[in-house]
Amino acid sequence: MTALSPLSTTSTTGPASHPVTARPGPSGGPGGRRRRLAGGFPTLVLLVGAAYCLLPVLWVVTASTKSPAELFSTFTFAPSTHLWDDVVALTQVRNGIFWRWMANTALYAVGGGLLSVVVSGMAGYGLAKFTFVGKQLTFNIILAGVLVPGVVLAIPQYLLLAQVGLTNTYWSVLLPSIISPYGIYLARIYAAATVPDDVIEAARTDGAPEWRIFVSIAMPMMLPGLFTVFLFQFVAIWNNFMLPYIMLGDDSLFPVTVGLSGLLNQGASQPSMYSLVITGALLSILPLVALFLTLQRFWQVDLTSGAVKG
Amino acid sequence: MTQLASPPTTVAPRAAASRSGAWRRRSLAPYVYLAPAMTLFVLFLALPIGYAVYLSLRAARVSGLGLGKNSRTEVWAGFDNYARALGDPDFLASVGRVALYGLLLVPTMLGLALVFALLLDSGKARGRGFARLSIFLPYAVPAVIASLLWGFLYLPGVSPVTFVADRIGVAVPDILSSGLVVFAIANIGLWGGVGFNMIVIYTALKAIPRELFEAARLDGCSEAGVAWRIKIPIVTPSLILTFLFSMIATLQVFAEPMTLRPLTNTIASTWSPLMKVYRDAFTRDDVYSAAATSVVIAVATFALSFGFLRLVSSRAFSQENS
Repeated sequence: MTALSPLSTTSTTGPASHPVTARPGPSGGPGGRRRRLAGGFPTLVLLVGAAYCLLPVLWVVTASTKSPAELFSTFTFAPSTHLWDDVVALTQVRNGIFWRWMANTALYAVGGGLLSVVVSGMAGYGLAKFTFVGKQLTFNIILAGVLVPGVVLAIPQYLLLAQVGLTNTYWSVLLPSIISPYGIYLARIYAAATVPDDVIEAARTDGAPEWRIFVSIAMPMMLPGLFTVFLFQFVAIWNNFMLPYIMLGDDSLFPVTVGLSGLLNQGASQPSMYSLVITGALLSILPLVALFLTLQRFWQVDLTSGAVKG
Repeated sequence: MTQLASPPTTVAPRAAASRSGAWRRRSLAPYVYLAPAMTLFVLFLALPIGYAVYLSLRAARVSGLGLGKNSRTEVWAGFDNYARALGDPDFLASVGRVALYGLLLVPTMLGLALVFALLLDSGKARGRGFARLSIFLPYAVPAVIASLLWGFLYLPGVSPVTFVADRIGVAVPDILSSGLVVFAIANIGLWGGVGFNMIVIYTALKAIPRELFEAARLDGCSEAGVAWRIKIPIVTPSLILTFLFSMIATLQVFAEPMTLRPLTNTIASTWSPLMKVYRDAFTRDDVYSAAATSVVIAVATFALSFGFLRLVSSRAFSQENS
């Protein structure tokens, strides 16, 4: 996993870096100008795309500063001075339940993500580094699991967990979030690519127990790949709306998505709630945005690496 | 990798003496590694699927007045639930809406993702780092929050489009009106998905050896020609997988219309097939019908996925594996 290095392809420094324009010939001059003009259009397209993607984020930042009265009266992107008032009002809703929702979301996403990495890492290592009866069948079943539409499972999962009395608990959201067929698939690729068979054999010859080989040799080698598995699962859990929406009835267990969706429903009868929902939306995406900006080099998503390296 | 643990220091003779024991432990080891995953797989994937199929073939029979503890009994219903699900006009309407939603969303999203990825990769545009980060940023925003942000931006009292249109005296249609609300929901999907797919395609583009198209460029091939004749064919497997995952996600659309519902009365409680499943199971307390509809959605997803993969696999993957 290497960092993205835009430097290797940068060519915005002038015509000198374009190999074609350096070719001798009568078309050199006009070709250079056409090339610079051609550079303007791609830039424009990318900037329009960036503006489209930033627009709602910019709006939520400015709208969070508006008072409930200003929300529907001042210009969409005109900022105001009521951010702190909105945060205080949001915190006062049901004794700060919003912050509890944030903590719950962190618990579901971090806890579920970590457990998922351990389970996927073990399974991926087992599938990549051992030959055993039923190996191909197991792998095919897991691959089929990648295609199972996850949310279709939510209702039978709910009914089954209800029979053992686990609905409306933290476990009802955590347990179904741990199993990730795609995470296992990725972990298998990483294990096959990064853990050499010789190293495992050498450790075995030295008499190291199998668990020790996995924990102190294979895991560190797979770590960058496992981190990607964690990020995927973290975002998937953070994003999942239907599972907690179905499983949980007690609002002190809600993740922030389900909680805010409930507040939005109340907005129909109490329009002042809308400002709080918007401020809550801003506060809820800040940690994720910060995480993305700091970890962006890990976001190299190669969906087909299995076809190449597997 | 530098964190290689120092080799364990157990002496060799002992290992040799217990070799047969070690062999047995090793042959058990893969099952131990796979046990947690397979246990969870069975409990939270296989069993729920089986249970949904079972429920879809059952029905509740109400005896007497339907009062009292034992007045509801479960009986075999055969394929009645399927017949009802497939003949239900609400279900067929939801399938129609989601088909239109998918036709609007998936080609637009993947087309834009491909264009952005090619522009990032070509090195011709300025501000590529900024653009890449900005376009990817919505992936960090959960679908519920994204729907909430766009939902407010769609409201005439908040919308910048309405604001400007009012000033210059032009009437604009309400995007949350019943005819246009599918565009409103597709736009949320586009906003949330284009960046992720762009990164997937961009990662595949970065993996192409530069020599492949440097030669074409020296031969006078234009940037568009390089993209069309070299880059796009090479990243086709990535495009196929992004298409597949987008299609699966489309069939499951739930969070976006559910979040928008409080802001408009044009989204029915059965707007998407999954919303109908939810309504049947929890509002109408008819888990049997909900299970049948779930199974229909799952089978349709599998059929579409495998049909699509069969259709394209001969072209896209065969040359790579040969």
